[in-house]
Amino acid sequence: MAEQSSPTAGKAAAKRQFRIWRGDENGGDLQDYMVEVNEGEVVLDVIHRLQATDAPDLACRWNCKAGKCGSCSMEINGKPRLACMTRMSTFEPDETVSVTPLRTFPVIRDLVTDVSFNYEKARETPAFAPPADVAPGDYRMQQVDVERSQEFRKCIECFLCQNVCHVIRDHEENKPAFSGPRFFIRAAELDMHPLDARTDRKEYAQAEMGLGYCNITKCCTEVCPEHIKITDNGIIPMKERVVDRRYDPLVWLGSKIFRRGETPQSSVTSARAAGPATPSTSRGGVHSHAGGSHDPKAEAQAQSGVNWHREVPHPTAPAVDERGKLPLTELTFDRAAAPSPFGDDVTFPLPPEHLNFAHPEQDKH
Amino acid sequence: MTTTTRIERHHYDVVVIGAGGAGLRAAIEARLAGKKTAIISKSLFGKAHTVMAEGGAAAAMGNVNPRDNWQVHFRDTMRGGKFLNNFRMAELHAKESPQRIWELETYGALFDRTKDGKISQRNFGGHEYPRLAHVGDRTGLELIRTLQQKIVSLQQEDKREFGSYDARIRVFAETTITELLLDGDRVAGAFGYYRESGEFILFEAPAVVLATGGVGRSYKVTSNSWEYTGDGHALALRAGANLINMEFLQFHPTGMVWPPSVKGILVTESVRGDGGVLRNSEGKRFMFDYVPDVFRKQYAETEEEADRWYTDPDNNRRPPELLPRDEVARAINSEVKAGRGTPAGGVYLDIASRLPAEEIRRRLPSMYHQFKELADVDITKEPMEVGPTCHYVMGGVEVDPDTGAAIGHVQGLFAAGEVSGGMHGSNRLGGNSLSDLLVFGKRAGGHAASYADSLASRPKVAVQAVEAAVETALAPLQRDTGESPYTLQQDLQAVMGDLVGIIRREHELADALVRLAELRERVAKVSAAGGRRYNPGWHLALDLRNMLLVSECTAKAALERRESRGGHTREDYPTMDPQWRRVNLVCSLQGDTVRLERKPLPKMRPELITLFDRSELAKYLTDEELAEFDALAEKES
Repeated sequence: MAEQSSPTAGKAAAKRQFRIWRGDENGGDLQDYMVEVNEGEVVLDVIHRLQATDAPDLACRWNCKAGKCGSCSMEINGKPRLACMTRMSTFEPDETVSVTPLRTFPVIRDLVTDVSFNYEKARETPAFAPPADVAPGDYRMQQVDVERSQEFRKCIECFLCQNVCHVIRDHEENKPAFSGPRFFIRAAELDMHPLDARTDRKEYAQAEMGLGYCNITKCCTEVCPEHIKITDNGIIPMKERVVDRRYDPLVWLGSKIFRRGETPQSSVTSARAAGPATPSTSRGGVHSHAGGSHDPKAEAQAQSGVNWHREVPHPTAPAVDERGKLPLTELTFDRAAAPSPFGDDVTFPLPPEHLNFAHPEQDKH
Repeated sequence: MTTTTRIERHHYDVVVIGAGGAGLRAAIEARLAGKKTAIISKSLFGKAHTVMAEGGAAAAMGNVNPRDNWQVHFRDTMRGGKFLNNFRMAELHAKESPQRIWELETYGALFDRTKDGKISQRNFGGHEYPRLAHVGDRTGLELIRTLQQKIVSLQQEDKREFGSYDARIRVFAETTITELLLDGDRVAGAFGYYRESGEFILFEAPAVVLATGGVGRSYKVTSNSWEYTGDGHALALRAGANLINMEFLQFHPTGMVWPPSVKGILVTESVRGDGGVLRNSEGKRFMFDYVPDVFRKQYAETEEEADRWYTDPDNNRRPPELLPRDEVARAINSEVKAGRGTPAGGVYLDIASRLPAEEIRRRLPSMYHQFKELADVDITKEPMEVGPTCHYVMGGVEVDPDTGAAIGHVQGLFAAGEVSGGMHGSNRLGGNSLSDLLVFGKRAGGHAASYADSLASRPKVAVQAVEAAVETALAPLQRDTGESPYTLQQDLQAVMGDLVGIIRREHELADALVRLAELRERVAKVSAAGGRRYNPGWHLALDLRNMLLVSECTAKAALERRESRGGHTREDYPTMDPQWRRVNLVCSLQGDTVRLERKPLPKMRPELITLFDRSELAKYLTDEELAEFDALAEKES
């Protein structure tokens, strides 16, 4: 915007005070700048002017300058915003504007942060699964059916929702187990895709992406520059449908005795479980989220001293006959009823010390 | 210097420079061919300028009007390019774009639908039938996200097979290539730096695909992002390839002119396709006065007829607001010059009085959103203020139409998308760029892979070349007496905007060349303050020499071409000249200087040229060519 930096352009330009965070991973601080601001400008224009004048090496990401690429995410007066979409006219004429980098991600330099967390989560989210028997060109979908997913595909990946989400904003430890709102709507989008061949998107989100951590404070929706109803249209419906399945009497019964507070995971292939952000839960042994004790005292005890390395006893295989089938009748079977699917040596309720469940919030205390 | 020149080395089969639509599609194809592929992205992954494309991707699927087919699309493309297109590219593009679009659906794309559930297609300037597959007005975003997610899915496959996401396809985000490295006349690798750390990185690879987009940052008013500094154009030139058609730049007729901060941002053509009309400050719908003779037959003469077209396109001629972009841009320019412009120097684009607010919001959601947020203008209530803005460069690397291989003194170099030249001739139709990316991205990626396969031995990177590249890259940081890169960029933009802009004159172009030569001296001495970590000043200093080189090509070619055609308008030669239609202007680099040559256009095959009416061809061809056509027609009948 060369023409605007010349003082002769347009109306008389006012000098405004800006405080911009300068520094890198070793630290930094807010620095004061007095900079010219013209009518109709946005914060990104002012940053560009600073680069062209006082601070040529001020680091800042930007691309389209039209709110379409989601590059210039930063915190302006503490609010996560796109700098290209923040009009200077929204501030009081004498207001100091402070600009800081996104807080949830590590700083690289000045206003640029390392957002690779989001790209890692993107890679972990299972891709669209094309229907096996539909040839390219033969996809048929109704507009009303694609519209629901299209809302989420408006996402410009500015990661403001990720930045503002309290689950990870000040909780580095939750990052491994939590994909964040951006990827919940990716899961929702695929869940609602009329032709996606995978049927376990919700369950996957719950079990592998940490959907359960979200307690719907709607901060993500509030900051979304594309006005995607992340919580109302994406997260809540997924949570509800996960719950629906739990209210199915059979599933409910199963979850009661098998995985209290968790959704059935049978359709999810990976072994990593949601819940506590401890990577060790993902491999080795059989880590069950089996619950059973309703004794609050025992539960508290178990929670305060969870031993992640202790393994729940392996369930034994059901007793099958020589054809590899479960014996069907009591007459030919050696016990009085059908064998337990959990193995004959597991009795319910499990003793609390055998439980591996921990509430996500437990580390706060 | 030894402490500063740590260089990370990588070996790949195919290196794709650019992570927009063409680059990603090329990379997918190379990876599907089993090649180890690197994608170099100047920005973060998924932020490429492709996201800015709003209208759609043109493909003759015939979903909305079954009469559409590749021949009609081919004809429209050639017409739009004023017959200067490489006919073979236009043919391949028209034939293959439907498959490329359908393929996107198998990657997960969700286009808007017709009633019977097919991909919906919309009208667009220059296209005879509704042809643009679209998603509201954010088609480019859909395209980039779809390709991005396809790459992720390939990485997930590789992870399952090899245990690493990056086993066969890796994205190098925020990485800029400054130099291509050669072994004789064969590509041996690419050298660049990470933005984040300023550390250098060397890719050794026998095949490189350029997909770096355009050159718009050399202009003051542009819709292009900071990345569009002509990197690929300049890299190709320096590696021994040719550029063609560099005089043809597309100025989008309707960019925002208010507020000043968003000057240049595009208002999609579909606003006009959906009923928007252009009015001057006197309220007159002026486009009726600017229908050129060649288009007279296809465009309505009265407002009534034009308005009937939106609902009954078969029995009415189209409104003149849907003329090709350069005609609209010139018309707006003339109105503003005649004093009938808006206060901000544009004209009004009015959709508010033409459609119900609800309908506008449904059809143009992100447009509505953009204006509301950026300018606090409600397009359902008031007209927009628009004017011409630099949008797209038709010119680029001269390539073999079928393989995308660069023509010139270099092997192993491929180009696709905006950085390649020829496909769009002198002017690009809206919607043809997204399909261009897919069609030629796939071709370039596939052929780069088979080229890599065909080599008996791998070319070697010479140590001296790497040292020289390091030195060039560090030079601006080590000088402290030169000018600021920002000042130099502004001066370059002023020269290009004022002297090599939308309307061109001989003395101005000559003047521009003198000034560019001066700028070249100054750019050679540019200095950047600060260190190597994420230093935008340094990055701009490195981009400047590319911008300058490409600008020189544009100015030289614009001075040479003494006619007006498509994206090249000479005030002193205001009409098309059939003799000039037979000529491509080819730029190459000799030592330090840009050399310009005339090269004859390839001749259209008989079955293609006979797709056109004689009366239409008569507007473009020389008498000699017409006689040939007549002989051909006679033989056939």
